[in-house]
Amino acid sequence: MNDLSQTVAQARVEPASWFEFARRHRAILASLFVLVFPLVMPFTALAVNILIYGLYALGFNLLFGYLGLLSFGHAALFGTGAYLCGIAIVHFGLPWYAAIAIGVLGGLVMAALIGSLAIRTRGIYFAMVTMALAQCVYYLFYQAIDWTGGENGLRGINVRAIDIFGLKFDFINPLTRYYVVAAFVIAAFFMLSRILASPFGAVIEAVRENEARARASGYNVTATRLLTFVLSGGFCGLAGALAALHLSIVPIEILHYETSGMVVMMSLLGGMGTFFGPFVGAAVFLLLENLVSLWTVHWQLIVGAVFVICVLFFPAGIWGTILKRIKP
Amino acid sequence: MAGLSFDLIALQLFTGLALGAIYVLFAIGLSLIFGMLTVVNFAHGAFYMVGAYVGLFLLSMGSNFWLCIVAVPLIVGSVGMMVERFLVRPLYGRGVDYPLLLTFGLSYIMVELVRIAFGTSGYPFETPELLQGAVDIGVGYFPLYRLFVIGAAVVVLLGLWLFLERTSFGLIIRAGARDPQIVRVLGVDVSRVWLVVFGIGTAIAGLAGLLAAPLQGVIPEMGATILAEAFVVTVVGGMGSIGGAVIAGLLVGVVVSMTSLFAPEMAKVSIFALMAIVLLIRPQGFFGRAGLMS
Repeated sequence: MNDLSQTVAQARVEPASWFEFARRHRAILASLFVLVFPLVMPFTALAVNILIYGLYALGFNLLFGYLGLLSFGHAALFGTGAYLCGIAIVHFGLPWYAAIAIGVLGGLVMAALIGSLAIRTRGIYFAMVTMALAQCVYYLFYQAIDWTGGENGLRGINVRAIDIFGLKFDFINPLTRYYVVAAFVIAAFFMLSRILASPFGAVIEAVRENEARARASGYNVTATRLLTFVLSGGFCGLAGALAALHLSIVPIEILHYETSGMVVMMSLLGGMGTFFGPFVGAAVFLLLENLVSLWTVHWQLIVGAVFVICVLFFPAGIWGTILKRIKP
Repeated sequence: MAGLSFDLIALQLFTGLALGAIYVLFAIGLSLIFGMLTVVNFAHGAFYMVGAYVGLFLLSMGSNFWLCIVAVPLIVGSVGMMVERFLVRPLYGRGVDYPLLLTFGLSYIMVELVRIAFGTSGYPFETPELLQGAVDIGVGYFPLYRLFVIGAAVVVLLGLWLFLERTSFGLIIRAGARDPQIVRVLGVDVSRVWLVVFGIGTAIAGLAGLLAAPLQGVIPEMGATILAEAFVVTVVGGMGSIGGAVIAGLLVGVVVSMTSLFAPEMAKVSIFALMAIVLLIRPQGFFGRAGLMS
């Protein structure tokens, strides 16, 4: 707490320091990076994947990094967003933007359902309960074959051209696809930055740092937890909806527990509780996966080993370590 | 519904108890390790899977099932002890999330190593010759092997109970679960106790995997499914409580087998519904301490 007030005081004394400048405009800087990102990538489809999983990890990190709740059930939120977006297009023929809205709504509602049960527990129980509930969601979608295609996944989510205020864009073109997804990711950056900078954002971090003190200060800890979980679900639902549009199918594996675990790995790899860390983590994870799978099918071995090494020796993550080093 | 006689339901009840016995063995190790070390072992499912594969390997080397029952827990338990000593131990005192994350990453490594050694497809696991066939249990014929699984679980539980209640090492374990600080002050090397507890927990998980193998076959992913279901067991029974794990494990087994009789498509979802109900009414579970959960 003392640390925090000192930082705030320092920021007031010298607002012109470049670090504070970067911190204040983190959403803009992150957006600029996203705009030039495909130029440095080997192929655009990978860049789109990194955007989507980066957004998924961003949503997860709001809960894990900022609130301190470790969820192992985020695949349920990501997958619900993807399936509902896909179902809206395949079964109801809705336009792509309406389908994305339904995906986000799905993420929010699913997060409210899972969250209202899971926040009755805390700490490691929270991890266990969220994982178990996500497994339940997996079986529910698996059973609803008429809607979801069951084991084969939901197929035929085809969006050929998207139309923005009369302008038609060819969604098949990878670069167009990248920038459409990037527009949503950038919107998410600004929204997340706004949430974290708001008084509510301060309460989120206060609950993480000292729950009893936050409660004694008159904040409703339970409501803060639930609302953060629901917001996290919105971001993950959006990521899921974009994944459905990008892949044009929703495989059942999207709800698998490994999808929940992957986002934990990404956040830890990048640096939890940092604004841009989850994005870095997603990029490193997917690049590593791509690179290792070139010479062995057993890429999970390497990924698992990197993860274990991170937990043991590198808990701040890549971005977190960089931030620590450059912090004046 | 004419086919659903009393006998059929009674037989299904026994099937549920056999399934529950596997859950109990799995969850007891999870609960024991958590109760002592406050580590949620996310690799517990991987140890379970390794138990089945070690059994498969020993059988292919010409060993028999009875030798496996002795050897598998010893081998898997030794692996568990090495994991505790070299990977989990450096993380004590760094918060509860880190051991959890480490064991989670470890489960990826273990599953992938097994895939490299045995391939990605599953294997059938033959029921030992002596335990093939069925016996009349009054309400109909019941597979002998399932009865054996129930019996084996009872023996392990009895052994564990005797060890914890009747030996001085068990006394230290029980004291350590309550207050490790005091036990350390009394001159006990707590880290040695934790090593043994982690070894026992993983050994029982390996045994559970071996016992489950003839029932379900052996695939590298077999641990992930039971891990999620075992979390339901520990949440329902109360974390860290051995009695809770026994009762909730049997209950979950019976719930699964009963729903697969009456509403097969809901069999997998029913246990999570059970957990939801328990969370709403009693968040700490049947035997959990109230302070732990909320």
